[in-house]
Amino acid sequence: MTQRLKLSVMRHGPLLTTITIFLMAYIIGAQLYPAMQRPQAFFNLFINNGFLLIIGIGMTFVILTGGIDLSVGGVLALTTAASAALLKIGFSAAFVIPLMLVMGTAIGLGLGSIIHFFKVQPFIVTLMGLFFARGLAYIISLTSVTITDPFYKYLALTPIYMPFFEKAYIYIPTLVGPLLLLVAIYLAYFTRFGRIMYALGNNEQSAGLMGFPVGRTKIMVYGFNGFCSALAGIVFSISLLAGYGQFATGVELDVIAAVVMGGTLLTGGVGSVIGTLFGILIEGTIISILQYNGTLSSWWTRICVGALTLIFIGIQSGFARRKKEL
Amino acid sequence: MNYTVFFRRIRESRLFWVLTAWAVILGFNALFIPEFFRINIQDGHLYGNLIDVLNNGAPLMLVALGMTLVIATGGVDLSVGAVMAISAAMGAVLINPAPGDKLVSNEILTRNATNTPLAIIVLATLAAGTLCGLWNGLLVSRAKIQPLVATLILMVAGRGIAQLITNGQIITIYYTPYFWFGNGYILGLPVSIYIVTAVAIIAWVGVRKTPIGLFIEAVGINPKATYYSGISAKNVQLLAYTFSGFCSALAGLILSSYVHSADGNNNGLNYELDAILAVVMGGTMLSGGRFSLLASVLGAMVIWTFTLSMYTLGVPANALLAGRAVLVLLVILLYSDRRLVKRRSVRADTQPKSAVITPDENRDLPRP
Repeated sequence: MTQRLKLSVMRHGPLLTTITIFLMAYIIGAQLYPAMQRPQAFFNLFINNGFLLIIGIGMTFVILTGGIDLSVGGVLALTTAASAALLKIGFSAAFVIPLMLVMGTAIGLGLGSIIHFFKVQPFIVTLMGLFFARGLAYIISLTSVTITDPFYKYLALTPIYMPFFEKAYIYIPTLVGPLLLLVAIYLAYFTRFGRIMYALGNNEQSAGLMGFPVGRTKIMVYGFNGFCSALAGIVFSISLLAGYGQFATGVELDVIAAVVMGGTLLTGGVGSVIGTLFGILIEGTIISILQYNGTLSSWWTRICVGALTLIFIGIQSGFARRKKEL
Repeated sequence: MNYTVFFRRIRESRLFWVLTAWAVILGFNALFIPEFFRINIQDGHLYGNLIDVLNNGAPLMLVALGMTLVIATGGVDLSVGAVMAISAAMGAVLINPAPGDKLVSNEILTRNATNTPLAIIVLATLAAGTLCGLWNGLLVSRAKIQPLVATLILMVAGRGIAQLITNGQIITIYYTPYFWFGNGYILGLPVSIYIVTAVAIIAWVGVRKTPIGLFIEAVGINPKATYYSGISAKNVQLLAYTFSGFCSALAGLILSSYVHSADGNNNGLNYELDAILAVVMGGTMLSGGRFSLLASVLGAMVIWTFTLSMYTLGVPANALLAGRAVLVLLVILLYSDRRLVKRRSVRADTQPKSAVITPDENRDLPRP
């Protein structure tokens, strides 16, 4: 019994640590700044970090297969710039949004194919994807383009009031992240695709020898991540009502940090999208604490995220070592 | 028969592809932008695009030197850009003649004076970068964190640290002796070229005239086997990352001296990408193993020749990103193709060409 309990703690240890740290961070923040005790402050975490959650889900899948995708920020920026430019010319949102999603998926599939067929390391290929997408965004427009489309404005400015909470609201695009999370949980735990993904991350060679479609799954995972990046780009452009190639610089690092904090091993095969959600919530909490403080400067966010990543990698390797001993 | 051997030796030489790429770009320039090759002499200094390639490319060449050793050990250093920003910030803060407790007026800020002697500034910037490299090396070799992640941490936090040092400001430097590193001339050529040459020669002597180079390649090809043959793989990795930090610090010094300012957000932006590109173009595999310092320096030169040619053609700097991405793609495809070619030739060979470094079959095995 104790052995089984020990094993299950070992198994869910990283996730439980993440949740505990999130709760602790939030409670400390709420003690320091009473404004954080309002429910709205909690929903703001989702409003402000919705796009991070969307990318984080895609990134978790990629990291689960043992790869990494550094192109997410570029695809996001390209989506905002391209959709802003297309909307400005006069295309309707009903045409632009699906087109952007197809474009993101296509970029992801392309990168995945290069990784699989040419056997190049994922990070160098996706680094190229980052360059390429940002470069394209700059070719579309060297300056920020504002969006005046009525549908985008409607999405951006209509609050949905939450039940059970007084005066707490979210916006329509905020719902995209949590909905995608449900889809991702279904994909990861209840489909063949998800199981092959985990198998692939644990050991690509044995997965291949067992007859799993390794190449197809890998390419599909990168395609899914491209789709997520484009979706995040749409959410981002709705919330800012603008498109620009310089949006979300360095977001790939924030996302990777969040995924690591969520207990996903960077070597692949171990982790969950639920952990990623809490990783992103931790980052969001740190940012809000810094904002509520007001005197701490923005660069502390970066230093904190870096330090937290380090701590979590330490925790992960600690758990991995203990697991081996058991 | 002799001819085929001759051509194969040329084709398999690590300098071949990078020199070909350079020749293609220069050939394009000769046809479309002949003014690219013009070199003027003013006040005894040489001016011209080709000199600019050397001078502007000097930081990248330095970073590429350090990156080569790191990649040869099978790792990667993503923090070079951030380390450059840290060292530049360090230099700017030490120069700035207005310490925090004094009332800062614009007149004090823009004075051609320094707070610290130049020698100490140089030592402090180099020490800051070397410490960053040491930190990376410790994380990778002692804490056993994957290089990609270990250096990613400093890549995120490093820019924050640089901003912390400069207090979030872009510090403009007005102290003229500091400009010597990026803008000075010795015998008509920019100072930065001499610095790069000196570092390259020291590094070359260090890796080729001592066993260190062999150790580095051995660690990159198979760390376990290296460990069992009695070489401290840990210390070899530590050395490579520390050297990379040192090179980035020097690059940051030259860059901040060239642009006369320190900006935590933009000093050395995208240098990690360019440096990896330079190293890959130089024929050093990302999976570690064989490396060539000269080829990496040439790779950096190719990148800057390409960049400056595009500037001369009037392509905006930001839009150039996409062009460079296509360049990376081409290089990647070239090399992955070349790898296939090499495999086949290895199988065809009855006798191994070199007893020490065999073309590594271990490359596709999962890393430990």
